[in-house]
Amino acid sequence: MKSKDNIIEVTNLNKSYGKLQVLKDVTFTVEKGNIFAFLGPNGAGKSTTIKILTTILSPDSGEILVNGNSPITDSYKVRKDFGIVFQDPSVDEELTAYENLDMHGIFYHVSKKDRLKRIEELMKIVELWDRKNDLVKNFSGGMKRRLEIARGLLHYPKVLFLDEPTVGLDPQTRNHIWDYIKKVNKREGTTIFFTTHYMDEAERYANQIAVIDHGKIIDIGTSKELIKKTKTKTLEEAFIKITGYNIRDEEVSSLDNMRARRKMFHK
Amino acid sequence: MNTIGVLWLRQIKRHYRSKARMIGSLAMPLLFLVAFGFGFGSIYAQAGQGNYMQFLVPGMVSMTILFASVMSGIEIIWDRQFGFLKETLVAPVPRLEIMIGRTLGGATVAFAQGFLFLLLSLLFGFNIISWTLFPVALLFMALIALFFAAFGTAIASLLDDMQGFQLIMNFLIMPIFFLSGAIFPLNTAPAAIQWISKINPLTYGVNGIRSCLLGTAQSSILGNLILLSVLTIIILVIGSKLFSKMQI
Repeated sequence: MKSKDNIIEVTNLNKSYGKLQVLKDVTFTVEKGNIFAFLGPNGAGKSTTIKILTTILSPDSGEILVNGNSPITDSYKVRKDFGIVFQDPSVDEELTAYENLDMHGIFYHVSKKDRLKRIEELMKIVELWDRKNDLVKNFSGGMKRRLEIARGLLHYPKVLFLDEPTVGLDPQTRNHIWDYIKKVNKREGTTIFFTTHYMDEAERYANQIAVIDHGKIIDIGTSKELIKKTKTKTLEEAFIKITGYNIRDEEVSSLDNMRARRKMFHK
Repeated sequence: MNTIGVLWLRQIKRHYRSKARMIGSLAMPLLFLVAFGFGFGSIYAQAGQGNYMQFLVPGMVSMTILFASVMSGIEIIWDRQFGFLKETLVAPVPRLEIMIGRTLGGATVAFAQGFLFLLLSLLFGFNIISWTLFPVALLFMALIALFFAAFGTAIASLLDDMQGFQLIMNFLIMPIFFLSGAIFPLNTAPAAIQWISKINPLTYGVNGIRSCLLGTAQSSILGNLILLSVLTIIILVIGSKLFSKMQI
């Protein structure tokens, strides 16, 4: 299975929180330059997998390689190679859009000259260049997400992780965001790894889809292959056939509670 | 510019842009100065202790720095809530650099607030008696700022929400302030309180600033300086250890 053309290789990944096993022998590979969707219901283990791949969380067991390096033992090398757009906003709202990007460039040791060029280039792609000196707290949810995508790409990462990149956005913004992502994938060959529970997104944009549920990879293939295998008409039907009809409850952390409170009291 | 520099600058920009925060962190000590200064001033003079304003201002300078620096350390909780902390923690930079940048930034802001307060207190009739020791007073102020910024970082690394923060403020920061000799002399206080004040790092800062600005008890300055410096180094080490272990 090991190949030079795989940018991500995950073998028998396991992770438990206490007694709850959230990942069970997860195994998959992502080819260089691919757009790879991680599709699954809430609480399936999507975010946990992204956290492990991006060095935030350490797994209980399993082998992982991101661009040839292990996030566990070589976290510095791995961090240089990926960009990430988190599920929740992670920009500094009291700085301007430009300052946020510039700071990111400094964290990733991008030279001053490259920063000037790259920030302008990316901000034009995500159509925020004319708002570059505005404080981020005055941005809408969609604008923040666009800014984060630009930020995630600033240091020319080999792979961009997107954790539910379009959740809570209107269809127009969703389309735009995917246009930017596809553009970068094509132009720079950046591998895109995204999680979603929107079928249409996975169907439309991903070259490859992994369906995950209860911490297990259930199937991997193109959307056509998944539809064919389940003998259904659409990916949505295939997905429900694979994962069942039941509603999932997620464990809520204190951090989630805090965010909910914040949403109540702030905008 | 490197990681430490940019995080330092970030603290300063954030503070400078938030006018409410800037005014707020000066308004409270000024209010205390007026309320206590003019309220207790005459009693203090009647008790034969001299000019209370002279006694109080160094304490209030310490208080301004104490609150501003602890707040800056605690801001980590805020950054966690607003998500920015994740951005710094997945970047390919050592956590130690992140911690140092933030702490230096927070300490700089707190120091500037304390300095501004000291200037304002001159308008309220405070007299700097020993100008030769003035730079040493500034050094004490810087040490208090550093110590408590690192202290705030250490605490914030252990907490995961703002509720715990209120508890810390009420049961840790307020006692540290009251039992440091900032607003009343401790030499006649009960033995237990004197003992607590001796393990309170702020006591050495308050004593140091007071001795330097008023030119009193000069023999104790060096001892206070050394003690506070050692404590600051220790808390910086503890703070960076806890920050490094912090989970997102």
